[in-house]
Amino acid sequence: MTDWPILSTITFLPLLGALFIMLVRGDEATVANNSRAVALWTTVVTLLLSIFMITQFDGSTADFQFVERVSWLGGGIDYAMGVDGISVLFVLLTTALMPICILASWTSISHRVREYMIAFLVLETLMIGVFCAMDLVLFYLFFEGGLIPMFLIIGVWGGARRIYASFKFFLYTLIGSVLMLLAILAMYWQADTTFIPDLNKIGFDANMQTWLWLAFFASFAVKMPMWPVHTWLPDAHVEAPTAGSVILAGVLLKMGGYGFLRFSLPMFPIASDMFSPMVFALSAIAIVYTSLVAFAQEDMKKLIAYSSVAHMGFVTMGLFTATVQGVQGAVFQMLSHGWISGALFLCVGVIYDRMHTREIAAYGGLVNRMPVYAAVFLLFTMANVGLPGTSGFVGEFLTIIGAFQVSTWTALFAASGVIFSAVYALSLYRRVSLGRIEHEGLEQISDMNRREIFIIAPLIVATILFGVWPMPILDVTASSVDALVSNYQEALAAHYSGLSGY
Amino acid sequence: MYHAIVFFPLVGAIIAGLFGRIIGHKRSEQLTSGLLVASAILSCVAFIDVAMNNNPATVNLLSWIHSGTLNIDWVLRIDTLTAVMLVVVNGVSSLVHIYSIGYMSHDPGRSRFFAYLSLFTFMMLMLVTADNFVQLFFGWEGVGLASYLLIGFWFKKPSANAAAMKAFVVNRVGDFGLILGMAAIYFTVGSLQFDEVFAAAGALSEGKFDFLGLTLPTLTTICLLLFMGAMGKSAQFMLHTWLPDAMEGPTPVSALIHAATMVTAGVFLVARCSPLFELSPTASAVVICVGAITAFFAATVGLVQNDIKRVIAYSTCSQLGYMFVALGVGAYQVAMFHLFTHAFFKALLFLGAGSVIHAMQDEQDMRKMGGLRQLVPTTWFMMLIGTLALTGFPLTAGFFSKDAVIEAAYAAHAGPHMFGFVLLVVAALFTSFYSWRLMFMTFYGQPRCSTETLNHVHESPPVMLVPLLVLALGALGAGLVFAGSFIGDGQAAFWGASIFTGPDNHVLHDLHNVPLWVKLSPLVMMMTGFIVAWVMYIRSPEWPAQIAAQHDLLYKFLLNKWYIDELYHLIFVRPVAWLARLFWKGGDGYVIDGFGPNGIAANVLRVTQRFVGLQTGFVYHYAFVMLVGVAGFVSWFMLAGGH
Repeated sequence: MTDWPILSTITFLPLLGALFIMLVRGDEATVANNSRAVALWTTVVTLLLSIFMITQFDGSTADFQFVERVSWLGGGIDYAMGVDGISVLFVLLTTALMPICILASWTSISHRVREYMIAFLVLETLMIGVFCAMDLVLFYLFFEGGLIPMFLIIGVWGGARRIYASFKFFLYTLIGSVLMLLAILAMYWQADTTFIPDLNKIGFDANMQTWLWLAFFASFAVKMPMWPVHTWLPDAHVEAPTAGSVILAGVLLKMGGYGFLRFSLPMFPIASDMFSPMVFALSAIAIVYTSLVAFAQEDMKKLIAYSSVAHMGFVTMGLFTATVQGVQGAVFQMLSHGWISGALFLCVGVIYDRMHTREIAAYGGLVNRMPVYAAVFLLFTMANVGLPGTSGFVGEFLTIIGAFQVSTWTALFAASGVIFSAVYALSLYRRVSLGRIEHEGLEQISDMNRREIFIIAPLIVATILFGVWPMPILDVTASSVDALVSNYQEALAAHYSGLSGY
Repeated sequence: MYHAIVFFPLVGAIIAGLFGRIIGHKRSEQLTSGLLVASAILSCVAFIDVAMNNNPATVNLLSWIHSGTLNIDWVLRIDTLTAVMLVVVNGVSSLVHIYSIGYMSHDPGRSRFFAYLSLFTFMMLMLVTADNFVQLFFGWEGVGLASYLLIGFWFKKPSANAAAMKAFVVNRVGDFGLILGMAAIYFTVGSLQFDEVFAAAGALSEGKFDFLGLTLPTLTTICLLLFMGAMGKSAQFMLHTWLPDAMEGPTPVSALIHAATMVTAGVFLVARCSPLFELSPTASAVVICVGAITAFFAATVGLVQNDIKRVIAYSTCSQLGYMFVALGVGAYQVAMFHLFTHAFFKALLFLGAGSVIHAMQDEQDMRKMGGLRQLVPTTWFMMLIGTLALTGFPLTAGFFSKDAVIEAAYAAHAGPHMFGFVLLVVAALFTSFYSWRLMFMTFYGQPRCSTETLNHVHESPPVMLVPLLVLALGALGAGLVFAGSFIGDGQAAFWGASIFTGPDNHVLHDLHNVPLWVKLSPLVMMMTGFIVAWVMYIRSPEWPAQIAAQHDLLYKFLLNKWYIDELYHLIFVRPVAWLARLFWKGGDGYVIDGFGPNGIAANVLRVTQRFVGLQTGFVYHYAFVMLVGVAGFVSWFMLAGGH
């Protein structure tokens, strides 16, 4: 354990980097180069710090660690930071993806580089903050604040329809955030505190839980995104620059799931139990429906975006089983999807940078010219379909195991996702990589360069290592998930025994 | 030793796959083949140690998935069942590696090919050494991946890519059942480790559980879900459509994966789960029916195919049906025995066919062959041995195992065993006919290819013929040598605890005491098939065309494989594509976006356009609005905080 505020350091270091970049002066090329360098170094140092943090993390307890708490807004609203077994890995996921994003934007972003890097660094601060916040208001600020840089990244450095995409993104999230804000106010008036561990112990009454649950659900379901509020995601991905997509799929999509874990399940167990059939239904629809929609796509990024929605369906399903396997599987699935989908978007970025189109029909036969790329893309395609031995399998399998204990119908639909994912993922791979080169311009396409391989290599290692040996992740999350599930079941038992007593 | 057996192929695959370009094709071939031969020799040692001397072993490797009470580890489990599979897998694989050195000698992607072959072997070894269902599933999907890669090895051929994807997807339909089966097992037993699950089989057979709103008998449901997986991998009727298409891959692949090893994984799974299936008569009855129908169906289709590899592919499908019938009637040992001998003679036939194709410059259509006996005499002789073994000529391997399957089907008392018996006997007739038809069309009569091709016909090099010789020895002798241990008096000691048979299951004893006509029926069928084929393709070669013309409908029905692919296209492929577009354009585009964001957006845009021009800076306005919003929220809180 350390006595210096390591979480605040990790959280605000990127902001410091952003401030530093603002000070950079010189001609355009110098500014761009210096901004890139500063951003890279900042993110690397942040990553190293967070790795140091995880080595100090004690996986045997479910309590928050590295806690910092100072009075902030008064009246029980504090600046409180801390991580437990559920959140600590998301911090690491964020800090690990960040240098990859900076490197992936190294040459593909050429205008307004300084602003771009600032946006990414601010985004990193806000994302880490979401996972470290131990106070509801603080969480909310980070949570909603994170939208602004993402919004800018899509709106300024995005593709042709970037205005439409960011607008859609904005509209969807707006409704959710307003409702969540109202819920937060209601909770504050009831509990007189927004300190998360205290809120966990309050035990809101069943009626209030229902409303609070719905309000939070409105926000998290959009972020997830769950069916039917998912349609902003494909557009946002299509328009976002590659690194934006990586962060969007890798980290931002996890905030909804994290929210369910941090608030909905522990604070509103009765409502969660009551609404779980609805969540299962939406998850099952998400898995089947969006898998089918993915199959029909003609744009690579859209296809992967829809497959993300399907994968997030496994997450919501796993979370609301409230079984150890389901929840742990969901957490694992979120992390694993973080690097697998990130890598898939990087794969799209590699060929987009060369051909400037994401249309599937414009490609074909890439393996002839790009064998390394074809191999890498195949690996992540297989990870995406949940092949055992890749990290994609562990989460899917655990969530299905969890779902079967609660609802066999849900498990049935989820298992059918195994077939559908193979259909869309392999057909994408076939259309892009296999066959002969028949399209103009592809005859001279070059294979992945050293920088591109270097960027994606850590993701390859993570995919295979945690597929074969997921124990490091499962060990870290075990205590917290066990505590979450047992508290949840106790709360339910108490509630229902109380009812039967009347 | 067990580490070496399992991981040598992986080492070969990694080195040849990642560094093949650096070390060159030749070294890649030598390295992977050498490691496989070493692994095969060690497998024989393991076979003697484990199966003959009854000395099973388990090797702990690493913990895998621990979550709550679910504990899954990487463990190698070596019992007799595994040892048999080790010999089959590594034996055939090493021979196929060596054969491929010759067969693939002109292919520019050789090191990649050998990497895939070795990867496949590793995955298959993980499958057969699994100690729990999840590790088995790892191998199960791994061989599926390797099969995908190898079927699509010639990635420039659109048909190969299509076949590869079809194989993967159809297998996944089976995997869907397997995953649910595993989930059901964990739900009811609380473990996925084989011994713990098998120990609970008795309790499961009496239990019921709720599945999809129905209250179903636990064990039968689990067995049927697992069997669904087996049907996919072993290409049983309804899920067989991928196997004939898989012949798009290079021929050594067909021999290794789609004849000797991977497709038998389903048989292995059911044999491994004998403690479960033995207690579920319903599931066993389903296994019999599916197996019998497959054996019959595939044999009928094999009668009229003209592609030499497809004939053998349907034959494989049919023989797998035989194995499942044996499993269904409780003669697990017989099924494993047939699996064992089948690996030899079917790999022999495929590699022999490969040698023919090689000689004919990649011609696979038997209508363009003929008269090759003098030109490729060694290949002819090897194919002859394979055919004799497949049709069950006395004292060859097939004679012992296939006849035992048929006798077991008769001798059993369980379920629809007579249904199985009758279909298998008929299928035996067909088997003999299509096998000899293949021999006659390929090696006898007048050559029907162009003179130019004929001039280039040459016998294969020794590197290809030696593996054929080894397999031929197995096809001739494996039955005679091993019948006693596998299904004879020594079987109980041989199998030990690896196969469970109930106290009332005497089929292994009874099959030796069936009436004489039952014992003779396969032999009669074999002779009849031979004679009919001889008449139709040697004595009166004009007959087949006439018969086909007379029975046009039946001929077309068989030639088009009972129109099952067309049926699937109609009821699965097209509706899915239609639904996908409907959901996308209609669901997402029209309904959700139409009523949701686009509807709102259109209105908001109309309003905002009056005030702010639609420019690139537009998004800043929203960012600004949001910032103001967040600031507003904060101040609201500060005020609220001070209440």
